Amino acid sequence: MTEFDEALRGFAAEVGSDGPVCVRGGGTRWSLGGEPAPGIREVAAPAGIVAFEPAEMTARVRAGTPVTELHEELAAAGQRTALPERAGGTVGGALMAGESSVARLGLGLVRDALLQVRYVCADGRIASGGAGTVKNVSGFDLCRLLVGSLGTLGLVGEALVRTVPVGEVERWVRLPGADPGAVRSCLTAASVLWDGIDVWAFLSGYGVDVDEDLSRLAGLAAEPPTDVDGPPDLPPHRWSCTPEQAASFRAGNGAGGRFVAEIGVGVVHASEPQPARPVDPGVAELNRRFKERFDPTGRLNPGRDPLRKP
Amino acid sequence: MARTLAEATRRVLGSRRRGTRSPAVAPSAGAGDAALVADLEVAIGADRVRADAAARYLASRDASIYREGNAGPVCYPDSTADVVACVQVATRHGRAVSPRGAGTGLAGGAAPLGQPVVLSMTRMDKLTEIDLDNGVAWVQPGIVNLDLTRALAPHGVHYAPDPSSQAACTIGGNVANNSGGPHCLAYGVTSAHVLAVEVVLSDASVVTLGDLTAEPAGYDLRGAFVGSEGMCGIATAVAVRLTPNPPAVRTMLLCFDNVSDAAATVSAIIAAGIVPAAIEMMDQRCVTAVEDFAQAGYPKDAAAVLLVEVDGAAGGVAIAGERIADIARRNQAISVRTAADDDERARLWKGRKSAFGAVANVMPDYYLHDTVVPRTRLVEVLESIYEIVDRHDLLVLNVFHAGDGNLHPILAYDSRVPGADERVHAAGREIIEMSLDMGGALTGEHGIGVEKREYMSRMFSAVDLDQQARLRASFDPHCRMNPGKVLPSAHSCSDIGALRASDAAGVWG
Repeated sequence: MTEFDEALRGFAAEVGSDGPVCVRGGGTRWSLGGEPAPGIREVAAPAGIVAFEPAEMTARVRAGTPVTELHEELAAAGQRTALPERAGGTVGGALMAGESSVARLGLGLVRDALLQVRYVCADGRIASGGAGTVKNVSGFDLCRLLVGSLGTLGLVGEALVRTVPVGEVERWVRLPGADPGAVRSCLTAASVLWDGIDVWAFLSGYGVDVDEDLSRLAGLAAEPPTDVDGPPDLPPHRWSCTPEQAASFRAGNGAGGRFVAEIGVGVVHASEPQPARPVDPGVAELNRRFKERFDPTGRLNPGRDPLRKP
Repeated sequence: MARTLAEATRRVLGSRRRGTRSPAVAPSAGAGDAALVADLEVAIGADRVRADAAARYLASRDASIYREGNAGPVCYPDSTADVVACVQVATRHGRAVSPRGAGTGLAGGAAPLGQPVVLSMTRMDKLTEIDLDNGVAWVQPGIVNLDLTRALAPHGVHYAPDPSSQAACTIGGNVANNSGGPHCLAYGVTSAHVLAVEVVLSDASVVTLGDLTAEPAGYDLRGAFVGSEGMCGIATAVAVRLTPNPPAVRTMLLCFDNVSDAAATVSAIIAAGIVPAAIEMMDQRCVTAVEDFAQAGYPKDAAAVLLVEVDGAAGGVAIAGERIADIARRNQAISVRTAADDDERARLWKGRKSAFGAVANVMPDYYLHDTVVPRTRLVEVLESIYEIVDRHDLLVLNVFHAGDGNLHPILAYDSRVPGADERVHAAGREIIEMSLDMGGALTGEHGIGVEKREYMSRMFSAVDLDQQARLRASFDPHCRMNPGKVLPSAHSCSDIGALRASDAAGVWG
């Protein structure tokens, strides 16, 4: 057990124990799971990197810190985290949205990155879940419960996140007409994106492995792979599919327009929103019970509901 | 050994309770259970319910030294429908339900408290579906971890978490404990490998938590369920992630003439940005015991050895292997050996995996701990362990997952020596407290169970524990699933209620 620092205690005092409140990060995923009810008091989590321990491969960071700022600090030691970088997006926002980066095949999932979380409960007290180590199974897993919860169970103030090494060589390449499944089988492929015609791959690893994968890929595509700055523009709507559905997205999905599918993952970025997915009544009931137990008066981020995430 | 351990536990763990009631040496015959047993037999068939003393005795314990478990009737369901039926009958009779896999748990999580209906899941052991397109397999909870990996082998994939007990432990038990294993350093523990779980809740409803899509909607209930030690419901089907077999593997044995150099090597490897598949460490006493037992080819004169494995694409594996060797030499390694072929690799791993068996050649009894410390503090932590153990006049063998700081000190002793049990218990407590003081965690992969329940307040505040209790109560509002585990008594009032209700019904015998 640790004394919470001034910043965290200040945040708890600001959240208080009474009245509806919503938390604002970078606002990059603001409408995810519903708009907050109008006129609600807004709070913002504190910012700043508390500690970065490269040899431990962990970083303790306040939730209001921009992910890009965290990653700049980590880059000096050749590390980063699984959290996606969005312009202005914060660590707390990335954790609460729970959406993994397009490079999740290499970086891992956001849900696996959170080692310890300190958050303000609905009653205004500060709770801590998880542990300060890279491995821990002590008690119930509050970290995984909170990731993706859109701030409806508690408001995150500080997080200990796992870091991962940046690859020695990292390259985005475009592979016109390549078979996305074959690209996916490259061991250095941290991301394989497919728009129905062309494939973009993010290769990350030891130079010798990246080179070998590139020479394999040269034989797969209609034209040789070309270096590009990054992924293609992603259409605005996010679909959650199985990897198999994503790999055959064109056929029978009902969505018109451009799409970019994350091969081997299942996320599809599409021009149209995903039709509402049916929710099993038992799962809906469990979600309701969690909300009721953790936030009996419904004061935390009212209007948002993770079940309404696409 | 079982008998001496049982006696040890009665003396060690039973001492605090002796004033209130005598510890259960063997469960009562449960004569008052006739109506319950009859209903269970109607529900799932007479041949799959056992209420005899032998069945209850076996179902009352796991592989921990905790010996106060007390099973009610033991059921052997064949299907989700059977599990539902058993939960319904138990509820009707006001009884809790405790699920059970192979009973290899080391923290008492599967030791039933208050004579619940025990559901032994071992008959539900099928690999139901392999779905290579989605990189997933559906299994029943009773399937043995290693059997799953063997069944997957023809497809070039495996199930990554590999606990030392993988030849016996079940996937259901792995889900309950969020089990780890040597290769979890790179691949992550069970929670990272479970995509969906079908669960029978305490109200006998069936829900599937998670799904095969990239980002299931709603709270991450599958994440909340994994590691909940049977207290949130009973897993009846599990969708596990399939991990492609790496094309290249390099296994290395690094030997040192002091423990500090070995620990410094671990830190330096991580700091260099290399994430090996596994980094295991053994100290000299462990190496000697293992070598006498398994002839793995470890040098007995080394003060510490590291077993390091890197895997992945061939080029990177070669580079990482060279860098690790350089780091080891810079840290005064006395020898660096790379397994030349699969046979040698298997032999090196056999040594590591037979460590616990080898202890039997050293002392008749052992008590295995499982704490985690920051991996940069291994040197001072190991020095502390030796100091604590010396002071209590005990033997310790260290064999552990060094790469993620997950300690497994084995306190070896002879419980026939007067006072030995008490010294083991006292040293264990100091090791746990020292680990927490170093910024560590109570358990890295064995779970809390009953063994570390009362230590939870040392690691978590009252607010933290209240939040954990809410998680549990969201799944199981009446605390009917595997009650009495994980949360210390002050934070599981309903559990105590459930146990007392059983008590009132006379089921303590």
